[in-house]
Amino acid sequence: MPKSSSGLASKSLAVLRKDILSEYRTRYAVNAILLFGVTTLTVVSFSVGQLGLPGDVYAALFWIILFFSAMSGLAQVFVKEEESRTAIVLRLTSDPSAIYIGKLAFNFLLLMLLELVITPLFFIMTDARAADVGLFLVVLVIGSIGLAGASTLIAAIISKANIKGALFAVLSFPILLPLLIGAIGGTRKALTAGENPFAAASSELQLLVSYAVVMITAGWLLFEFVWEE
Amino acid sequence: MYGVEVTKLSKRFGTRRVLDEVSFTLAVGDSLAVVGKNGSGKTTLLKILAGLSTPTRGSVTFSNEKKKLDRAEIRNRLSYVGPELTLYDSLTAAENLTFFAAMRGVSLEKDRVDSILGDLQLGGRGGDFYGAYSSGMKQRLKYAVALLNDPVYLLLDEPTANLDDEGKAVVAGIMARQKKNGILIVATNEAGEYGFAEKLIRLGV
Repeated sequence: MPKSSSGLASKSLAVLRKDILSEYRTRYAVNAILLFGVTTLTVVSFSVGQLGLPGDVYAALFWIILFFSAMSGLAQVFVKEEESRTAIVLRLTSDPSAIYIGKLAFNFLLLMLLELVITPLFFIMTDARAADVGLFLVVLVIGSIGLAGASTLIAAIISKANIKGALFAVLSFPILLPLLIGAIGGTRKALTAGENPFAAASSELQLLVSYAVVMITAGWLLFEFVWEE
Repeated sequence: MYGVEVTKLSKRFGTRRVLDEVSFTLAVGDSLAVVGKNGSGKTTLLKILAGLSTPTRGSVTFSNEKKKLDRAEIRNRLSYVGPELTLYDSLTAAENLTFFAAMRGVSLEKDRVDSILGDLQLGGRGGDFYGAYSSGMKQRLKYAVALLNDPVYLLLDEPTANLDDEGKAVVAGIMARQKKNGILIVATNEAGEYGFAEKLIRLGV
C-alpha cells in the first residue's frame, strides 16, 4: 500500500516546486513579464521620467507598469498547463485546493521577482522618490498579494478560451480596479509622505488587505468549480 | 466492496449522438472491454468515467459498500491512461514521478523511484527529460504515474499504443493484476487486449 504523506501544505508546495523548476528551465513566464516590465519602464522613463511630476502621477505610472507586466505573464500558470495538455493529468491526480495555493504562491513569487527588478529601476530612471520606504513596501507587498490572488483565478477561467491573452487583460481590469485604486492611492502617500504616512494611508491599506482576503477566499472557494467543470 | 454503476449514459456533440444510453455495473474483480470502430465513443466513455467530460444524460456512480464516493475519493482511487495524457516535458522522469506521488499523497524515496522505473524497463533513464523520451517510453511512464496510488479503478484507452513487445508484456501484467485486485476498463480494438475481459460493450452499432 502507498505510504501516506502529509496533506494540503505538502501538495501545494509540490505544485510550487514543480512550477519553479519548470519555469527555471523554460523561462516561459519570467521572460515575458520582465521584458514587458523593462520595456514599459524605459518608455515611461524617456517620455516623462525626468519631468519632476507630482507623486500622484508617478504612483499611477508605477502601477500601470506593474499591471500590464503582470498581465503578460501571470496567466501562464494555467495557460501553459492547458496548451501542453498537462492539465488533464493534473486534474486526474491532484486536489484542486493544492493546485490553487501552489499556483497562487508561484504567481506571487513571480510578481515579487518583477518588482525586485522594476522598483529600483523605476526610482533610478525617474524623478520619483519614496518619502516613506516602509509604507511603499507594505503597499507593494499587500497589493501584490491581491493582484496574484485575483489574477490566478482569472487565469484558470481564461485558460480554456481561444483568445487567452486579450481575455485575461479584459477580464482582469474591472476586477482589479479596486485594487489599483487602493494601491495607487497608498503608493502616492508613500511618495509624498506627510506627518504620519501610515495613518494617512490607513483607508488604502484597509482596502488592499480586504481586497486580498476577499479575492483569495473567493478563489479558494470557486477554484474547484472553475478547474473541474 | 468498491463498484461503479453507469446508468443510461448519453453524450451528444452538437447534433451528433456519440453515446446512447450506455449502462453497466462493475465490482472489484470485474473487467470490461469497450470496443467499437473509430469515432464510436470509446474514449468519450472513458473520459466521462474519469470525470474529464460530462454526460449529456445519465449518471455514473462510484461506490464502496453501497456508499457513494465523493470527487476526492474517486480521484484517490481512479487512474486513467490514454493517448491524450501528457506529463511534464521540462521535468525528468524521476521528477515527474516524485511530483505526482506528492500529489497523490505518497512518499517516494529515490530507491522506490528507481524500482518503479525498473519495473517498467526504464531503469537508468530516470534522469532523462520526459520530453526527450520516445513515445513508447512516455507510455510506460504514464503507467508508472497511474499505478502510484494502487488504483481501484483503472481506465485504459488504447493500452498498448506505441509499445514494443516488451512493453506490451509489462502492460499485460498490469492488466492481469488489476483484474484480480480492482476494476479494469479498457477501450480498444485489439483482440488481444479485450479477449481477457469478462464483460464487453460494443459501441456504435
